[in-house]
Amino acid sequence: MTSAIPTPAPAHGHGEHPKHNLTGFIIFLCSESVIFLAFFSGYAILKTSALNWLPAGVDGLEWRTPLLNTVVLLSSSGAIVVAEHFKAKEKLWLFRAFWLLTMAMGAYFLYGQAVEWSGLKFGFTSGTFGGTFYLLTGFHGLHVATGILLMGIMLIKSFIPGNYEGGEQGVQATSLFWHFVDVIWVVLFLLLYVWQA
Amino acid sequence: MTSATFPADPKPPAGWSRYFGFSTDAKVIGIQYIVLAFFYFLVGGFLAMIIRGELITPASDLVDRTVYNGIYTMHGTIMLFLFIFPVLNGLNNLLIPTMIGAPDMAFPRLNTAAFWLVPVFSLLLVSSFFVPGGPAAAGWWSYPPVSIQNPLGHFINGQFLWILAVALSGISSIMGAVNFVTTILRMRAPGMTLFRMPVFCWTALAAQSLQLIGLPALTGGAIMLLMDLSFGTSFYRAEGGGDPVLYQHFFWFYSHPAVYVIILPVFGIFSEIFPVYSRKPLFGYVYVALASFIIVGLGLVVWVHHMFPSGVSQWMRDLFMGTTMLIAVPTGVKVFAWLGTIWRGKLRLTTPMLFCLGGLFNFVFAGITGIMLATVPVDIHVSNTYFVVGHFHYVIYGAAVMGIFAAIYHWFPKFTGRMPYEGLGKLHCLLTFVGANLNFLPMHPLGLMGMPRRVSSYDPEFTFWNVIASLGAFLLGVSIIPFLLNMLSSWIRGPKAGHNPWNAIGLEWLLPSPPPVENFEDEVPTVISRPYGYGTGEPLVEHQAEIERRLELQEATA
Ligand code: HEM
Ligand SMILES: [Cu+2]
Repeated sequence: MTSAIPTPAPAHGHGEHPKHNLTGFIIFLCSESVIFLAFFSGYAILKTSALNWLPAGVDGLEWRTPLLNTVVLLSSSGAIVVAEHFKAKEKLWLFRAFWLLTMAMGAYFLYGQAVEWSGLKFGFTSGTFGGTFYLLTGFHGLHVATGILLMGIMLIKSFIPGNYEGGEQGVQATSLFWHFVDVIWVVLFLLLYVWQA
Repeated sequence: MTSATFPADPKPPAGWSRYFGFSTDAKVIGIQYIVLAFFYFLVGGFLAMIIRGELITPASDLVDRTVYNGIYTMHGTIMLFLFIFPVLNGLNNLLIPTMIGAPDMAFPRLNTAAFWLVPVFSLLLVSSFFVPGGPAAAGWWSYPPVSIQNPLGHFINGQFLWILAVALSGISSIMGAVNFVTTILRMRAPGMTLFRMPVFCWTALAAQSLQLIGLPALTGGAIMLLMDLSFGTSFYRAEGGGDPVLYQHFFWFYSHPAVYVIILPVFGIFSEIFPVYSRKPLFGYVYVALASFIIVGLGLVVWVHHMFPSGVSQWMRDLFMGTTMLIAVPTGVKVFAWLGTIWRGKLRLTTPMLFCLGGLFNFVFAGITGIMLATVPVDIHVSNTYFVVGHFHYVIYGAAVMGIFAAIYHWFPKFTGRMPYEGLGKLHCLLTFVGANLNFLPMHPLGLMGMPRRVSSYDPEFTFWNVIASLGAFLLGVSIIPFLLNMLSSWIRGPKAGHNPWNAIGLEWLLPSPPPVENFEDEVPTVISRPYGYGTGEPLVEHQAEIERRLELQEATA
């Protein structure tokens, strides 16, 4: 992240080497993806080896509401790209607007998830079907919530004068995280809602 | 720190108090890790003494059977999560920044947080001795169904605390790994390309990559275990449609690589130390460095060798037998490289060198029994017997712990500014080597004869070897006394160490002993050659002679 603006010489004292934050965060994301991989493979193994996958009285998952949710979450990835674009052009207010839009879409996704959960006829102790469903959607939802929180922090930070001059790695990292959460959801949607046979 | 002119303050801020607070200085954190780890080494060792005390007679007479289950479980868990990982992270903290010429770690505050999680989860784990029902007793691998039973029905039970502690340990290790990898990738001295990097840093990079890839699987598996134990799910409960073997996959997907997380840095230590005391360059440096990553790749696809008797299909057994045996190749490359380094060298048999030689010997022995265990029919025969316990203690005590002792003696002068005593060191080495072999060798015949592990009583036909093993264990217990004496007395009043007491080559030896807070600060020397230029007369960095002269001058006037 070398920008044209010369870095003020002694701005970073002992204990701060800000230029490596993004590297560190990418490494962390790679690691974090493994835990999802573990849950996904656990789900696949349990599902393919189950004798009675669906609990009594449940005949599959309704996919229309989740599909709407998916569309909203995926579009929010576009919104965050637009936000970043405006930040690069130093149009901070437009950046904030689209950033807030992304947050709102994320919040809508969580709301939709909550509505879906409350209408379900099975709980997380309803066999491995219920357990994996709530584990996967819950763990992913936790990541969505974390993403919204991170965006909130970045939004507040954008009001510190001069803070975002010369590139802010926090914004990049948050946006990367948001795309990550999105990609995970796509896999999750395919595994949970599309693969119902 | 004030402005940076080269002979920087020779002394870091003195005083012991900084070791007891939240410091962000990697060199302080490194020592905090190591001291805390050795405290738990004593705790885990004490439990081992109880185990061996129990096993000196065939009857179960020293402790109750259920207590015994808790004791070996906690012995294994403490030794791994509270001794060996923390002590290695301590070495990483001390060595990585100084070896690559970085002022500190990439994320000093993350580093602090990662360290302080260790005492937190250690207290959680130790507190499980005092909850109703006692500590976790399902063995260090916590297989269901044993680990998801909660007969007393208390929400907070030993197994619950065990899972929490292991999960926290995982978080701490991931924080550490992100930090180490970023530091190595982004903060090397000018001129230090990857192929000019000391092998210890290569192995640390490899080991920490394994942490990043493997640990999340264990954490995921542990979350599901906790839900089964405490919240009524049935991921691993066969009667609820779950699959107990699934847990074994999660567990070993991490815990096999974990043995490389332990042994790779020890390979790094061997690769650093053999050249110094043989006065020869490391034989086949590039191959030794690259072999670390071949081990990473292969190490990720061998985990099922722990599950040969668990009802996995035959093709999986065959496949994983093959990959496991393949690992012998990159490992063998390293062993031959070390032998090639020692070959016709001018050997100096100092304490660190002796520990490395002993460690290498034990490692080769463990490698042979490892190949035996990789063979499916042999493994099925000796699975869950003392043969396995003997094999992995040869790796972990015989090779890893001895390598760690070597590292401590070798770099002690650098980070404390004092020389350790050679006599006590050699005594410690001798007792360790003899004790370890006396303790762990008899476990092999015992296993072949069929003595199962994790039992507090056994058939009297096994008595002979068990008595010998116990005597070896008590000798190991005694061996720690000269070590502690040495560390304490030499740290307090040992002879002052110069910047390079062993005549070693490496950036860390171009720093004063102990190094100032930010190491080279802004005057990081430019690296111009490969490491280990022993006997070649090639300088490692630009203006090396000048830097050394200044250090000597500083020492003369101090
Ligand atoms: C003081 C020297 C040591 C002695 C005498 C010793 C002895 C033993 C014995 C006898 C067992 C088997 C218990 C049983 O199956 O009934 C055992 C298990 C184990 N030890 Fe050690 N050990 C020592 C050091 C270490 C070290 C340094 C480590 C690791 C860093 C370690 C890790 C383990 C592990 C992981 C187990 C398996 C526990 C289980 O079965 O769940 N030990 N030890
Ligand atoms: Cu293994």
